[in-house]
Amino acid sequence: MIQNCLKQRFEHTSQLLRFCHFQLGFKSFSFSVLPMTVCPQLLQTDTIEKPAVCVIYPYCSRSKSLHDRAVINCQYSMATFSTAERKRRPHGDRKSSEMSLHLKQTFEAAVLTELYPRSQIDIYVKILQADGGNYSACVNAATLALVDAGIPMRDYVCACTAGFVEDTPLADLCHAEESGGGTSLALALLPRSGNIALLQMDARLHQDHLDALIEAAMTACKGLSKVLDGVVRQHLEEVSVLTRD
Amino acid sequence: MRDTPLSNCERRFLLKAIEEKKRLDGRQTYDYRNIKISFGTDYGCCIVELGRTRVLGQVSCELVPPKDSRPTEGIMFFNLELSPMASPAFEPNRQSELLVMLNRQLERCLRNSKCIDTESLCVVSGEKVWQIRVDVHVLNHDGNLMDAASIAAISALSHFRRPDVAIQGRDITVFSPEERDPIPLSIYHMPICVSFAFFLQGSYLLVDPCEREERVKDGLLVIAMNKHREICSIQSSGGIMLLKDQVLRCSKIASVKVSEITELINKALENDRKIRKEGGKFGFAESMPKERITTLKRDEAPVEMTDVKETANEIVNRTETPTEAVSSPVLVAMGTAQVGEGIVNSWGLDEDEEDEPQTEDTKTGSVDCEHTIYLKSTKPCKQK
Repeated sequence: MIQNCLKQRFEHTSQLLRFCHFQLGFKSFSFSVLPMTVCPQLLQTDTIEKPAVCVIYPYCSRSKSLHDRAVINCQYSMATFSTAERKRRPHGDRKSSEMSLHLKQTFEAAVLTELYPRSQIDIYVKILQADGGNYSACVNAATLALVDAGIPMRDYVCACTAGFVEDTPLADLCHAEESGGGTSLALALLPRSGNIALLQMDARLHQDHLDALIEAAMTACKGLSKVLDGVVRQHLEEVSVLTRD
Repeated sequence: MRDTPLSNCERRFLLKAIEEKKRLDGRQTYDYRNIKISFGTDYGCCIVELGRTRVLGQVSCELVPPKDSRPTEGIMFFNLELSPMASPAFEPNRQSELLVMLNRQLERCLRNSKCIDTESLCVVSGEKVWQIRVDVHVLNHDGNLMDAASIAAISALSHFRRPDVAIQGRDITVFSPEERDPIPLSIYHMPICVSFAFFLQGSYLLVDPCEREERVKDGLLVIAMNKHREICSIQSSGGIMLLKDQVLRCSKIASVKVSEITELINKALENDRKIRKEGGKFGFAESMPKERITTLKRDEAPVEMTDVKETANEIVNRTETPTEAVSSPVLVAMGTAQVGEGIVNSWGLDEDEEDEPQTEDTKTGSVDCEHTIYLKSTKPCKQK
């Protein structure tokens, strides 16, 4: 049955991203009033919802603080009701620790940490509903949270998954496609420079197909970056209109 | 115990050497260290030596009820342990980032790639299946734990034999190795991880980094492949920026290395099988040469040494004589002396603030000043 669904999907479009709807946060304190900035974001794609919250502290615990850079901490957790079977251990298990680690590394590469020495930036992501592409949605949500917090970054970090079914690359896999046993590649990209911040691939894929797969994921990420950019600008317009009155 | 930090001059030396395409032990950029695989007396136990990195892999099996979502498949469980035996930097019972990364990578490389036929591990569907547990212990850490661990795991799995079972109705009889010969696992392919370390913002890469090189690396790319040129997993870590053609180039290098390593594993397995069949002695004790004194012996590093004297002389002649060091303190006023010159004030005070009248209390007697560090005398002094 899964094979039929997949065939249908790529008969119509093989590169189309599922419809994504980004909703920027409703609360964000300005930097000068409070010593910390909190900005929750709700990222809602067609089937996955993830709120991401970003907090920046002007100080950091002694043991972990770096003298010339900010330390970025990420915590990834899944709500117990997010998957089909109830999750018994939402955080602390190996998969969540690995995800948190990957998120931290992705953002350490993208955020200009040299501007905040001896500080700490915390990023909390919680998955409300999981339907494939967990890592990508987390990265996108966290990017928007950081943009809303006003933390300077090199570029938007966009992430997307891609898969390979019967010699056709597919972008943005859903849960059924991911667990169907085919290949899945998750890619986090800085679109303007084309630098890959994180590359993660599971399951078997012949070496010759790697090029096409990475290319598909990169194209999807570039399209995603345009969507993110549009949402940020729109939000900025709305906020400026509201604050002017 | 915290690991001794790497000194700046050592770091600079390593990076400079990498820029000139030289490695500490004389290898080329894409060369692996010597790999030695030895098997123990029991089936499923193997030690892999990658240079001085030593890793032990042990496979064991047990009959358990299967998972509810997959009643006809056996269970594979992977566990990697880092103990202080491997390196003083590893603390016992601590979930460090390295441990999580190694464990997850081992799981992804071996489980998601479906290298073992789990359906063949089923004994009674829905009731009893074999659970295969792979334990990897790091005995010595000299860089590149991931590759050594994956080689150890897949060699141990290929070497392992599980007990034979007979099912009669509802009774399951497990035969001991004396009654019936144990059966090997059915392995489809051998995925092996190859690690690439990136330096200097991704401009230089090295295969199989040793421990010193690992300390100065920017990031790591691990590609797991099998000899049929299928990529089983890719993982980039460390927050480096990669370009697509770098990844493709690494995958080509990995395919070459993996086929060499797979041949090595197969040869070692073949040797072990031959020795066991002929009735000769096998096991770890046999694989260590007895007649040599091994503690003080070091292998010769293949480094080019013919022109060392001339290059050293050149460098010495080219450098300038070191500047005179100021040794004695300069007495500025009663109670204050100055030794050397301080560094530039990095607090970012503007020029105007310093010209304002200073109204600090006279008790403390210290003034922020740009270039000199004042030493306070032990008794409190009244004036600045």
